[in-house]
Amino acid sequence: MEDIARRVLEMVGPGVEAEVFVGHTALALTRFANSFIHQNVADATTSVRLRLHADGRTASGSTTVTTDEGLAGLVRRTRDAARLLPPDPGWPGLAPPAPLAGEGNWDQATAQAAPDARADRVRAFVDAAGGLETAGYCRTMHAAGAFANSAGQSVSGRTAEVAMDAIVRVGGADGLARLASGRLSEVDGAVLGARAAAKARASTGAVELPPGRYEVVLEAPAVADLLQNFALYGFNGKSYNERRSFAEPGAEQFDKAITLADDTLGPTGLGLPFDAEGTPKRRVTLVSSGVTEAVAHDRRTAAEAGGAESTGHAVPGGGTFGATPASMRLEPGPVTGEPVELGAVVDPAAAPLVAAVERGLLVTDLWYTRVLDPKSLVVTGLTRNGVWLIEDGEITTPVRNFRFTQSYPQALAPGAVLGVGAEVTTVPDGWGAAWRTAPAIHLASWNFTGGASG
Amino acid sequence: MTHFDAATAAVQAALDAGARYADARVMHRRYEAMSARNGDIEELSQSEDAGIGVRALVGSGWGFYAVPDLSDAAARAAGGRAAKTAAASARVPGPAADLVPVGAGAGSWASACQIDPLAVPLSDKGDLLVHATKTMREHGADVAEGLYQIWDTEKWFVSSEGHRIDQHIRECGAGISSTAIGEGEVQRRSYPAHRGQYGTSGWELVQELDIGAHAARVADESRALLTAPLCPAGETTLILGGEQMALQIHESVGHAIELDRILGWEAAFAGTSWLDLDQLGSLHYGSELMNITIDPTIPGALGSFGFDDEGTPAARRDAVREGRWVGVLAGRDSATVAGLDYAGSVRADGWSRLPMVRMTNVGLEPGPHTLAEIVAATDDGIFMETNRSWSIDDRRLNFQFGTEIAYEIRNGRQGRMLRNPTYTGIGPVFWRSMDMLSSESIAWGTPNCGKGQPGQIGHTGHPAAPARFQNVRVGVRG
Repeated sequence: MEDIARRVLEMVGPGVEAEVFVGHTALALTRFANSFIHQNVADATTSVRLRLHADGRTASGSTTVTTDEGLAGLVRRTRDAARLLPPDPGWPGLAPPAPLAGEGNWDQATAQAAPDARADRVRAFVDAAGGLETAGYCRTMHAAGAFANSAGQSVSGRTAEVAMDAIVRVGGADGLARLASGRLSEVDGAVLGARAAAKARASTGAVELPPGRYEVVLEAPAVADLLQNFALYGFNGKSYNERRSFAEPGAEQFDKAITLADDTLGPTGLGLPFDAEGTPKRRVTLVSSGVTEAVAHDRRTAAEAGGAESTGHAVPGGGTFGATPASMRLEPGPVTGEPVELGAVVDPAAAPLVAAVERGLLVTDLWYTRVLDPKSLVVTGLTRNGVWLIEDGEITTPVRNFRFTQSYPQALAPGAVLGVGAEVTTVPDGWGAAWRTAPAIHLASWNFTGGASG
Repeated sequence: MTHFDAATAAVQAALDAGARYADARVMHRRYEAMSARNGDIEELSQSEDAGIGVRALVGSGWGFYAVPDLSDAAARAAGGRAAKTAAASARVPGPAADLVPVGAGAGSWASACQIDPLAVPLSDKGDLLVHATKTMREHGADVAEGLYQIWDTEKWFVSSEGHRIDQHIRECGAGISSTAIGEGEVQRRSYPAHRGQYGTSGWELVQELDIGAHAARVADESRALLTAPLCPAGETTLILGGEQMALQIHESVGHAIELDRILGWEAAFAGTSWLDLDQLGSLHYGSELMNITIDPTIPGALGSFGFDDEGTPAARRDAVREGRWVGVLAGRDSATVAGLDYAGSVRADGWSRLPMVRMTNVGLEPGPHTLAEIVAATDDGIFMETNRSWSIDDRRLNFQFGTEIAYEIRNGRQGRMLRNPTYTGIGPVFWRSMDMLSSESIAWGTPNCGKGQPGQIGHTGHPAAPARFQNVRVGVRG
């Protein structure tokens, strides 16, 4: 890949600022439904992306055709496009040479996982469900990339992922298990299947409760949705520059219990150790003990912000959408008191939070969330894969799904967070592009605006 | 070596490795998109990708493998890998998989295109976006955005049953939006739809949209929305504009009639469907005004093609007739499981993705009225148009939509502008309340339909016209 990157730079020639990324991704996903494998896919793709700045004009292009002819075509199209486009006065320049801050996650066994390894995990999940209906996937992925630019920056890296996301179904109720890891050995289909089955069994016979504001405990999959929307809309440097984000660095916008970071290089990070502009990744603290500290920038949004530096969050095509964190992590809270055992419904990590609720709801997962207003980050969506009523610290009744309409920053505002779990879980997003790592959280209020029947 | 040769080699390799059925698609796609912001070009993306995807059926298990290499050796290796992957599926086997018969043979199809969108000079296309966004900025837009997208896709399909089909599909579209930023919220107006309008068409579609002529209006409206009164909360008579109707159809009918969802194949991610096959032919889905068709033959609509990605020729079919549910979007294997005798709605997002059940053009046949007549016949209600947000549950029942703008309707006349309009409901209850439908139908294009794992983006079309609904809950807020 480094060779392809060098060849493309040579084809571009002197006098032009150019950057080249060559990426190879091998993705394999074994999908099951009705307790059998119905889709089993894999692909291996190498792509080349070129961005150049010539005579004050900027253009970019990409191709999967890596023959000499294909690469020459990429260079020709991109140079032609640059000549025809208007000047780009906001060009921030290329990333300067800089060493990587770490290697990121890599595991050979995960990268080389065969179809049988994924099928075996599916088999174990299905068997652990004890004859109940199951559906979901087991995915392995590895990616390698090489970046080079005409300013002398040259970096390469690799990363690997395994993820399992599946449900057990019984009587119209679903129980969920969702986990991402950098190591194949850490994903056990039997453990996940048993957990999902227990939750499904405990969800049967759900009752409908009236909408309204409820105290809630959100488990990690639900918290991951908050992190995703914060990443896309709140801590996006472009949204911030355009005043479409709620983020105000220096302001106490969250409860003191909230510390948020993006950390690709840490144990719960996914991705290459550099961004689309070749800027090395590093841990970026976005919120520290409730105080917003930073937003994610690429080189252009950093320059537009004035005095900021790229935080290593450039993404391909980010000129339109902006810079977004892909390895968001909500830091866990302190361990408090003795371990609490609340049965199979509650993940052990959430049990102490549930025990502290007088009357509220335990929510496993959020679904189909969409932003009504990006600035206040008011989001509507539905609960999914299990909701239970909590009374006097005990799980008492399964509850049918709700629709909610809730400002996410307000849900975590000062005084609104009553507890943060002591253990984190890493979950994949649906597109294989990001991980979100979070503990369960206990919130004073969540605005449910409709029931399952309307 | 031709692309047909590569596909044939891949299919043969899969059969040699034990597959009892195999097919292969070679695809070559060029994509171009340009965005402008506040009078400047923001980004130009041009990409080219080409590769081959092979599908193999071994016993009852499917396998799929794809590579971006069209050499004979790579195609054969991909065929073998697809069969090997299918064999691994036998570790968790399902019922016997068969394919509903379709006519096999040679075919060729191309979408109509008067002006090749990739041949239009970049400078002309840039000027269009720069002018429109500059105009919006001059009219008070805090953020003025414009976008066009072009896809030029060629496919070569070969199956072990004898299919040998090539297609050339050109799609494009464009749109603009103005964002006005207030103290605590932002307001947006778009034309002709959020992210634009798209079709299987040449650049003539973008010319017809005439986005520059609408720039001043959308900017003015976005600013006016900042001080408009809030959409009231309660139950009322709701009139939806055609573009919002298109998304209403997409989300609460199109996805619900996907056979793979009905069969539970999407249960863990996209979800299932509230529809039960036992009720196919008898279920009362909506009012008698509701006639929904599945029609990939509509010229220029975004979900049009000559053959789907299993080689089934495009054909029109009823999904809902006079309010009764009568048809589904099906593939060859799902149709067999469901005991149906038709397929034709399977497509893949590129050569590297498995073909799956997708909407084609799922649309509402026009009604007898005009929007003006519907407004004139409404004593008390709200008119909403242009989608801003959408959310629906995993069975496609409970939905909540937000639109960019709304107007009061009082005594048959359009009144005050309203901001932050939302409405919510349950699919069949909502559709049964439709009591007036306009004849002013447009085939709206949705270029961003997400489904599947790994994720795929689908292009779908939705003929739709303004319509009126009774007793709808509006004004849901956080």
